[in-house]
Amino acid sequence: MRQPRRSDWLFHLYLVLFLVYMILPLVVMGGAAFNDSRFPSIYPWVGWTDRWFVELWADRRMWTAFFNTIWVALAVVALSVPIGTAGAILINSIAGRTRSLIYALMVAPILTPGAVIGISTLLFWNGFSVPAGLHLSVLGQVSYIAAFVMLLVLARLQSFDRGLEEAALDLGASHAQVMRRILLPHLYPAIGAGAAIAFFQSIENFNVTLFTRGTYDTLTVYVFSKVRTGITPTINALALLLIAVTLVIAVLYEVARRRRAALAAALEPRG
Amino acid sequence: MSDLLNRYGMVLTALFVILTGFWLLALVVLPNLYLFENSFRPYLPVAEIGGPKDVYSLNNYLTFFQSPIHISVFVWTVIYSALVTVICFLIAYPLAYGLAKVSARALLPTIFLLLFIPLWVSEVLRSFAWFIILALRGPLNAGLLGLGIIEDPVRWIMGFRGVIIGLVYTYVLFMLFPLYNAIQSLDTNQIEAAEDLGAPWWRIHWRVILPHAKPGIASGAVMVFMLSAGSILVPTLLASTNSRWFTEIIQQWMFESQDWNTGSAYAFLLLILCTVFVSVAMRVFRVKLSDIAK
Repeated sequence: MRQPRRSDWLFHLYLVLFLVYMILPLVVMGGAAFNDSRFPSIYPWVGWTDRWFVELWADRRMWTAFFNTIWVALAVVALSVPIGTAGAILINSIAGRTRSLIYALMVAPILTPGAVIGISTLLFWNGFSVPAGLHLSVLGQVSYIAAFVMLLVLARLQSFDRGLEEAALDLGASHAQVMRRILLPHLYPAIGAGAAIAFFQSIENFNVTLFTRGTYDTLTVYVFSKVRTGITPTINALALLLIAVTLVIAVLYEVARRRRAALAAALEPRG
Repeated sequence: MSDLLNRYGMVLTALFVILTGFWLLALVVLPNLYLFENSFRPYLPVAEIGGPKDVYSLNNYLTFFQSPIHISVFVWTVIYSALVTVICFLIAYPLAYGLAKVSARALLPTIFLLLFIPLWVSEVLRSFAWFIILALRGPLNAGLLGLGIIEDPVRWIMGFRGVIIGLVYTYVLFMLFPLYNAIQSLDTNQIEAAEDLGAPWWRIHWRVILPHAKPGIASGAVMVFMLSAGSILVPTLLASTNSRWFTEIIQQWMFESQDWNTGSAYAFLLLILCTVFVSVAMRVFRVKLSDIAK
């Protein structure tokens, strides 16, 4: 451990400033949801109101967009998790130049701007007379989200003891049993994390969806079009709710993590 | 490959290959080839597609190179994306170093939890937040006026100022996390050895910590640059009349002119830009692709 020194308080000041810089804008945005003013702002403060939440609740278009978003996200999870996992297992078993090439192809979509993914997906499937719509948004999103799953599973595979599989095979297990009883249980934490990341990435996605959605709305597209035309604080109400959901999930995750850490510490053999 | 067959048998191996093949061919390689091919074809009414006029040409790219406005928008997009990348690095580096080497271990999970919240809030909402803050009669001007720092409200959303403020806020965390990971893996003894040998602090950073953080810098720079240059939300919400972003021109071709062919030529230019940036970053920082994508 390093000795504490005088310059450390400078860092802590900087850290606090940075956290304020990251979080204050979200507080301002959320706070404006309660301000009784036509234009979303916290200044000047006109008075408390809950009418923006009521208006949001009554907005049919928002609900359609909300359910579209959830469907797209679930479809993205259902596709990108098996694809990413299969990709990781496959690339883990090959070596040399083929591996580098395939690896490059797999991570390339992460480094590609969403607009390019969206347009190329739209054009490609149009070539097969598949019209634009949310199904294309799903395919476009899977192309890069599967790469996140692949990277997570690949990292987890590094700590896998392949001897276990050999032992199981020697003892007469079938291939399916090896997969289901030995490999998959080892990968579950990575697969779970991959599914969560895929879900959130899909909900957040805008660029790919914008070009592939056709005439359908998702939440991000809905917010975007609202901000451009006829902006009202209902957007702030929606933002506040989304931030609240994020916050709850983050806290639950942290609590679960601490409990696991405490459990692991308690199980540690002493002496 | 034969290893896979031994372990998982015919059926499962075939499944792995099919899934990966579908991903890489149908979702990655072929769409991009198709984009490339389409960018050389003229924009025609449906009836004339495949007809005598449907020939390959460079016309769509010439549209770009013959338009001084589009070229200048492209160049400014590159310059300002690079500027955003540099600003993000300057903000994130001291923080990443501090988190990795100064701050108390027990605090880290809480700090990261606080940082993850803005990361998981969608981009559209993060730019919308700044749209509110930077408004002429918004809270920032009100606060600064109240403190007596400025005398007249500042028009924040002017030129590229609003866009830069928004992009830095939205993407700085994509610089922070890779930098933190890279610096964290540096053995603290190396820093202490340099200190014991009498190196001044700036020299320790320059000769010990920065070289070790190279993969993190490359990874963060590539992500921030790519996301900034490809951003649609921030430039639309926080731009003024005289600041246009390259993605807005792509959108114009795709939605307003409905000219998908020229649109794909422009999208391809954006793709080339990002590919060039990735390869330059890999050269400059001497890292592999697997170091960048983590």
